[in-house]
Amino acid sequence: MPDVPSDAVLDATGVAKRFGAVQALKNASLQVKAGQVVALMGANGAGKSTFVKILTGVLKPDSGHVKIKGRDSTVANPAGARRWGLVPVYQEPSLIPDLSVLDNLRLGDTPVDPFRHWVSELGLPDIDPEALIRSLPLASLRIVDLARALAIEPDVLLLDELTAALPTDLVDRVLKTVRAQADAGRSVIYVSHRFNEIAAICDRATVLRDGLTVGDVAIEPGIEERIVEMMLGGAVAAAVSEDRPAKTVPTTTPRLRVKGLKTGTRLTDVSFDLHKGEVLGVVALEGQGQDELFDVLAGNRKASAGTVEVDGTPKTFHHPADAIAAGLTLVPGDRAHALLMSRSVRENIAVPLLARIKNWGAIRMGEEAAKVGQAIETLQIDTRAQGEVRRLSGGNQQKVTIARWIAKGVQTLLLFDPTRGIDIRTKRQIYGLVRDLADEGAAVLFYTSELAEIRLACDRAVVIFNGRVVDVIDAKDADESTLMRAAYGLTERAPA
Amino acid sequence: MTRWIEANSWTLGLAVLLAALLLMTKLIQPDFGASGLESLARAALPFALATVGMAIVVIAGGIDLSIAAMMAVASVTGAVLMDGATDAQSIPIVIGVLLLGLAMGAINGTLIVVTRVPDIVVTLAMLFVWQGVALLILNAPGGGIAPWLRGLITGSFGPDWLPRAIVFLAVVTAVIWLPIRRSKLGLRLYAIGSDPLAAFRSGVPVGQTRIVAYALCGLFAALGGLSVSMGTGIGEPIPGPYLLASVAAVVLGGVVLGGGRGGLLGPILAVLILRTVRMDLTLLSVDPNVAAIIEGSIMVAVVMFGAVLATRGRHA
Repeated sequence: MPDVPSDAVLDATGVAKRFGAVQALKNASLQVKAGQVVALMGANGAGKSTFVKILTGVLKPDSGHVKIKGRDSTVANPAGARRWGLVPVYQEPSLIPDLSVLDNLRLGDTPVDPFRHWVSELGLPDIDPEALIRSLPLASLRIVDLARALAIEPDVLLLDELTAALPTDLVDRVLKTVRAQADAGRSVIYVSHRFNEIAAICDRATVLRDGLTVGDVAIEPGIEERIVEMMLGGAVAAAVSEDRPAKTVPTTTPRLRVKGLKTGTRLTDVSFDLHKGEVLGVVALEGQGQDELFDVLAGNRKASAGTVEVDGTPKTFHHPADAIAAGLTLVPGDRAHALLMSRSVRENIAVPLLARIKNWGAIRMGEEAAKVGQAIETLQIDTRAQGEVRRLSGGNQQKVTIARWIAKGVQTLLLFDPTRGIDIRTKRQIYGLVRDLADEGAAVLFYTSELAEIRLACDRAVVIFNGRVVDVIDAKDADESTLMRAAYGLTERAPA
Repeated sequence: MTRWIEANSWTLGLAVLLAALLLMTKLIQPDFGASGLESLARAALPFALATVGMAIVVIAGGIDLSIAAMMAVASVTGAVLMDGATDAQSIPIVIGVLLLGLAMGAINGTLIVVTRVPDIVVTLAMLFVWQGVALLILNAPGGGIAPWLRGLITGSFGPDWLPRAIVFLAVVTAVIWLPIRRSKLGLRLYAIGSDPLAAFRSGVPVGQTRIVAYALCGLFAALGGLSVSMGTGIGEPIPGPYLLASVAAVVLGGVVLGGGRGGLLGPILAVLILRTVRMDLTLLSVDPNVAAIIEGSIMVAVVMFGAVLATRGRHA
């Protein structure tokens, strides 16, 4: 092949992809040689998952090429990628829930004997091949998915957050097996947030930031700091310092006290206090248990252990209505889940006002109009397209989701990544709004995937890694690199 | 063995229910016998074939609202072409009608895959299209049908208690479905119904498989349309009540709306159950309007009862 530039088994260059107004990838590249495990890293929103989808043929890039063993494999489907020798194991197991293990193997023409070999190698020798996938626990599914990939004997194995939600003993076996694959001459792309695993099995790391490949470094002791710097880029220097007077944490009963909260496999042990008038940031990489934490607090999901106290009273939420009755209000990450998209701005803001049964009957229009008008004014919502919320910009939609709780009056607000995908001006307005709410006595829990927001909007931040609180940082110390290090579990210290 | 019973408990339950209903029929009407069974089976045949077609689409995660209209197109096409034809000429006509069914279904499926308009909308639109086509071909019941076809489903075999209509149903369903069920295509149909994303990632050609599912539905609709003509001897351009009846039987038969679970035997038994209930209510001379209310209530009750049993089973 004349156009093979290197001995790379997989060679992706200049990959770009745009979704509407968002340029998810600008110029991503990745080279993997035979016998290597290469880590693919990047902070939330760096474009990692888009890049993985392009490598595996789920998405077609707008420009750039992916070559496997010198042949262009820029294909548009996973079956094609597999023919070229790349087999992925996704974060969510790609097994058919209503088919048996054996039928899943048949569906993808996977040889059964090597599969059996690999499942027992990976620590699940007694798996029943006739068992339906939907009857198996998640950890087993990941092992089945990995064993299926290994049985195909791919040239390139792509593992996306493979060890998330795996018990420790299985993690060790999986890591050994993955390393052995590379030692036998195959190539592995290892997408992970976990530095200890990367240090244990990877040869190199490729780092993405804002859709660009910003580094390709050999893994050696102490490289973690450099990788963190690369993931942050110039952001550290440019961090806006808007110091507010430090708040002294009151010693009164906290509005919300969470102790030893556990649910599912991801949220293992989270405790913190949230006081009246405080904005408490939550910092976590994707999938560290923050989704589950907010679900439990909003009454969407039950905790398997731990307690939630509101104003000193222990509470158990069986339904979102219980959480709302206790004064806990969730603004979900996906605006589409919170808004009535084809109704007007006014109606959307008024909905929680009406949600009380004692107001059953005629809507008191005058009172409603006054409250709603006030909320629109406070938030400076652009009401030119107010007839239907769907026609507003993302930022204005987000303001509507917050505005409704201002109109109603809120005690404890749970914000889940409220500024994702909205412009900087609107973001600032939302920070201001959150501060105002706190100054009026509300307690706010603020999860954000943008580390810079902690300083701008919060008083303190708890850092969650692997389902546990690993650090509590005051806003004045919360520069991005401190937060990033903590979020990657590099500075673990027991919270006071 | 235990696992087989567990996996097929719903179907076994339906079989027991059907046996109980037939026994009850015998109690209500002591002279119910071979001929009663024969006419019950013949009346149920178009419903059963429609249900089989619907079940395949639902297993693959879709729904086809145009099924009764496709049956009408097949019925009138067969009756118009066969009117006055010899037995020898009628064989290629039957094959042609079956191919027409496949084609109609494939058109439905292709429109859904290509336009990405929801299946319920596309097939609702196609319901009107196929209805119009049927009336263009024949604007009033008429035409004719080869006598040997009528003979296929009329009468009983051997010891009188095995209606030919049941044998016909079993044979065509087995010949078409069993090879598919045991091949990779069968796995793919279940896979796209169960989890289309996982199926896509497992390398299943999701769009193609969906089109195949609708084409198979069209094929069974054509068989159903022919069976309507085989029962009456003429072509029927106005679609019968097969759409809602087939959805009802599919649900009662243990196929989950939403896809991925269930088989064909359950829905076939469910059709027979629903027809037997109707017959019994007629025998008891219940007001037809009251009978409809009772039928609907039975359906809801059985499905709810089944859901409760399934939940209990999981917790036990």
